[in-house]
Amino acid sequence: MYFLYVVKLAARNMMRHRLRSSLTIAGIAVAMISFGLLRTVVDSWVAGAETGSAARLIVRNKASVGFTLPVAMGERIRHVHGVEALTWLVWFGGIYVDERNFFPQFGVDADTFFSVYPEMKVDPAQLAAFQRDRRGAIVGKVVAAKYGWKVGDQIPLRGTIYPGNWSFVIKGIYEGADEKVDQTQFIVHWDLINERVKAQVPSMADRVGLFSVNARSPGDAAAVSAAVDESFRNSLDETRTESEKAFQLGFIAMIDTVLTAMQAVAYVVILIILAVMANTMAMAARERSREYATLKVLGFGDRFVVMLIMAESLTLSITGGALGIALTFPVADAFFNALRDMFRLFVVEPRTVIIQAVASVVIAVLAAIVPALSSARVRIVDGLRAVT
Amino acid sequence: MAPLISMRQLSKTYHRGKQPVPVLLGIDLEIEVGDYVSLMGPSGSGKSTLLNLIAGIDKPTGGTLLVGDIDTARLPESQLANWRAANVGFIFQFYNLMPVLTAFENVELPLLLTNLSKWDRRDRVEYALGLVGLGHRLDHYPNELSGGEQQRVAIARALIADPPLIVADEPTGDLDRKSADDVLMLLDRLNGQLGKTIVMVTHDPKCAARARRLVHLEKGVLLNDDAGKPV
Repeated sequence: MYFLYVVKLAARNMMRHRLRSSLTIAGIAVAMISFGLLRTVVDSWVAGAETGSAARLIVRNKASVGFTLPVAMGERIRHVHGVEALTWLVWFGGIYVDERNFFPQFGVDADTFFSVYPEMKVDPAQLAAFQRDRRGAIVGKVVAAKYGWKVGDQIPLRGTIYPGNWSFVIKGIYEGADEKVDQTQFIVHWDLINERVKAQVPSMADRVGLFSVNARSPGDAAAVSAAVDESFRNSLDETRTESEKAFQLGFIAMIDTVLTAMQAVAYVVILIILAVMANTMAMAARERSREYATLKVLGFGDRFVVMLIMAESLTLSITGGALGIALTFPVADAFFNALRDMFRLFVVEPRTVIIQAVASVVIAVLAAIVPALSSARVRIVDGLRAVT
Repeated sequence: MAPLISMRQLSKTYHRGKQPVPVLLGIDLEIEVGDYVSLMGPSGSGKSTLLNLIAGIDKPTGGTLLVGDIDTARLPESQLANWRAANVGFIFQFYNLMPVLTAFENVELPLLLTNLSKWDRRDRVEYALGLVGLGHRLDHYPNELSGGEQQRVAIARALIADPPLIVADEPTGDLDRKSADDVLMLLDRLNGQLGKTIVMVTHDPKCAARARRLVHLEKGVLLNDDAGKPV
């Protein structure tokens, strides 16, 4: 009963300054949404890297991913014990109409690529059409929908790594086996790219960005990896073979500082709203000094006053936190829809929601602790004299 | 019969920074059960401080003060709070009602510290508010009541736990004459019919005249006591 009374009194106190309480609740909600969104951006980047197959290995130049490897190395890798399938690809890096229209473009070995990446589902007839036409392209469902492309459309790309104007004909549209699969890629023939390189810069011809190797089983991956690297040791093109997941995490590591900064900003937002909340509670407690003193005169102890201030702070913060958590989901959906090219997935993780909920409670307690203890310690006679 | 309140050489000194400010200087006073005492004196004479000491919301710096054989200065804060809840009813100049609670809920407050059931509390609160003539205003918030009505709610709150002692600090100081008369009449009834011991601080001689005993303070010293007690 005593506890319920504290909650009732706290809730009514909260409603005394509706504008102030509403603004505080709105502030907490906005802070929670910002926190949830920033964390989800970071999570989505990392999650995108973590979706790689455990049995798939990436073979790249040991010096840097920016250096290429001779395509002929593929035959040696194919014969390493434990290798089931192999393909290769290069980063094309063209511009579609405007630089802002970014989507990943790869020149691939048309005969083998989709068997090494079975999670990219493409209609067999469309695949066959692609394999027959060196100007053909297969594009992801998401990027096709974004630009309104359909099979048969001719797509112009302005080359950057491989200069000149290129034109490709869409022969097929792939879908992901599940929503984690990137459906924004633009896949073209490596042969076509190589042909032009051979004509323009012969010394750079017959080279690929990386080999993608399927081991027979995830258990073979480590042995295959070691064997591939061993077979090219002390050659002109030493290799570094690693799991697809490790390879992608390597890219994430390149923007690690940015991700760390984003995480820090997410927590700074929480700290700012903590300061706002502490100010609100300090003002509320100061205004009610005489009421708290009166309660003490009537026989309510210091603990009751602490509970009263804590309850009000918790009510404010949890209301704002709950609102923020509830709104994080639609805001995240809208964010994902606006920036679909940047993320394969954009899902608010349960861990983020738990942190938001815990943060709401921690903000409430930290914001109320000083005003609560100060009000409890005020001598009754001083509290009764307080001007309100 | 032993007096309800007995003080010997009671003193109180505040500190303003490092500067001691003596407020009460060796007060000797006894108040009998059922007495109705007015404490008068100019501002700064120490009458409110004396009232606070009697009510157990402040502690003396010297001398002894017994209220019903209890040396309240020796009680720890939690026990003192319980003692106040059971033994003292308070009436303030500015009513000190909780603005977010109705008249009913304000009067019910002291009963939340008892083991009374919800139904017993309701009966008592309705009786107390009926006694002060506000049985029809149970669900009104303080800002919906006049000053006189608010003070009557405060009186109902003061007597709801049936304490033997009622202390009132300028109970009519914020009221018009008519409302002040109503409040004083209620205090007369509390003393005359319910046998409550009342100690009231006031500036107003007409108000003080309603008491059965007048005690004058000046500069922390008891000047005269019309009951003829030793000063």
